[in-house]
Amino acid sequence: MSLVNVKNLARYYGQHCAVDHVSFELNAGDILGFLGPNGAGKSTTMQMLSGNLAPSEGEISIDGVDLLDEPKAAKSALGYLPELPPLYKELSVDEYLRYCAQLHRIVRSDIASAVDLAKQRCGLDREGKRLIGNLSKGYQQRVGIAQAIVHSPRVIILDEPTVGLDPIQIREIRELITELGKEHGIILSTHILPEVQAVCNRVQIINRGRLVFASDMDSLLQRQETGIFEVAFARAPALEVLSKLPYVTGVNGSDYGRFILTTHNVSAEQIAKDAVANDWGLIRLTPTQHSLEQIFIELALGDNAGDTSGNKDTKAA
Amino acid sequence: MIFTIAFRELRSMFLSPLAWTVLAVTQVILAWIFFTQIDAFFAIQSQLTTLPNAPGVVDLVIAPLFEVSSIILLMVTPLLTMRLISEERRNGTLSLLLSAPLSNTEIVVGKYIGIVLFMLLFVCMLSLMPLSLLSGADLDLGKLLAGLLALFLLLAAFSAAGLYMSSLTPSPVIAAVSTFGLLLLLWIIERNAGGSASTDGALSWLSLLNHFAPMLRGIIDTADITYFVLFITVFVMLTIRQMDSQRLQN
Repeated sequence: MSLVNVKNLARYYGQHCAVDHVSFELNAGDILGFLGPNGAGKSTTMQMLSGNLAPSEGEISIDGVDLLDEPKAAKSALGYLPELPPLYKELSVDEYLRYCAQLHRIVRSDIASAVDLAKQRCGLDREGKRLIGNLSKGYQQRVGIAQAIVHSPRVIILDEPTVGLDPIQIREIRELITELGKEHGIILSTHILPEVQAVCNRVQIINRGRLVFASDMDSLLQRQETGIFEVAFARAPALEVLSKLPYVTGVNGSDYGRFILTTHNVSAEQIAKDAVANDWGLIRLTPTQHSLEQIFIELALGDNAGDTSGNKDTKAA
Repeated sequence: MIFTIAFRELRSMFLSPLAWTVLAVTQVILAWIFFTQIDAFFAIQSQLTTLPNAPGVVDLVIAPLFEVSSIILLMVTPLLTMRLISEERRNGTLSLLLSAPLSNTEIVVGKYIGIVLFMLLFVCMLSLMPLSLLSGADLDLGKLLAGLLALFLLLAAFSAAGLYMSSLTPSPVIAAVSTFGLLLLLWIIERNAGGSASTDGALSWLSLLNHFAPMLRGIIDTADITYFVLFITVFVMLTIRQMDSQRLQN
């Protein structure tokens, strides 16, 4: 049975439709990346899933319990980290996490061990006595995550958990999310593609309130491939030689033996093999990938005649 | 669960300087008033003994003290209640409560009990002044208790109104100003109504002062207590309704 089941979820702000009849599922062991540009409806969806916002239409069930009919039972299976971590800056980390544990109705005798476990998982062992207001942004973010996992919920919803963190912290948080994904179902909202690539096994793209893409990670990576390779050779052949290769449809040459190959239906492996066979001295072979923005545009184009794609396209190029 | 929220609320109040400052400032001012009232009482004490059925210490010292307290708290309560919900909304901490397995009723009642506990603490601290007279004077304890009850009910009513105002806006300052406006209006409404006889009934019934003053004189009327209970219930219910509708509209 799926952990989260969303059917035809919609949300209107006045006339404006922020989320337009979205349906999806989350299974145990899934880390679902929820991608979208700013203002696409990610946070609205997350807020509805966490019960902060009532949907205009549709159904949400969490761990088999309907969120709208039995909010208390459904929310007890849920841990939520909003975009802005809900921290009481005047409390210490221990006090805060204890309070969160109490709010989630953890039995009194288990609270201390639950708090310790959450702190340990988020690398907060030594920060327990410190005031949250005095912690750095990265540590505050960790406290936010600790808050979401302290009652070991079956479903964890993280809304842009790595925003504003430095690269090392981002890596640590990603490791933590991967670790958590082994036992919990996780929904991760973000607008950063590498983040999804690093931790998720399924991905969903939302644009202007609509789900425009939903599949496992591999198909997104396939979509990223452009068939364009940047190559550089130590002993570069002539431009014509390259253009005569069966899979090459276009070549752009430049100085120092660097080329940009536009290809069709070929893997990087094949190009490398040919380069070795001809003794060109391959020193560089980089597949060019679509940026997330380009994929968005592509998906939005397929979706509604691409009315705004023109200007974005030039920016992406 | 309600008490978990209430104690967190109370704790947060004392972790910021606000609660301490409010308690300290009001205590100093009220102690001064207490002192001057006692001074005045000594001045007229000799004349009082000649009167039959003369007013006692409670009437001449403590009732005025409580009256002044009520006016000071009319100004101070908005500062205490303004943060209750609006600050949580602004800081985003409200979503912690909203995504926890809690109903809006539990959240609102918990916060309300938190602020009422603070008010109870204030009343207890204030009661120490009259109680200190026990060593040297003959106090009418019944009247004193009636006065303390009156003050507590009044402050609880102030808090309920403040809680509701705080749920209406994400800006604490606006919440404070509108709470103050509402309370002041309910305080003075009786004076306006006094001018014309026709509007007297309904408007003067609404007045907080009209239900507070008799209790200070030692008259505990169930109608007055009902008024305060109704007042509190209405505003707490309105707050719960407001929280529900904000989840819908946002």
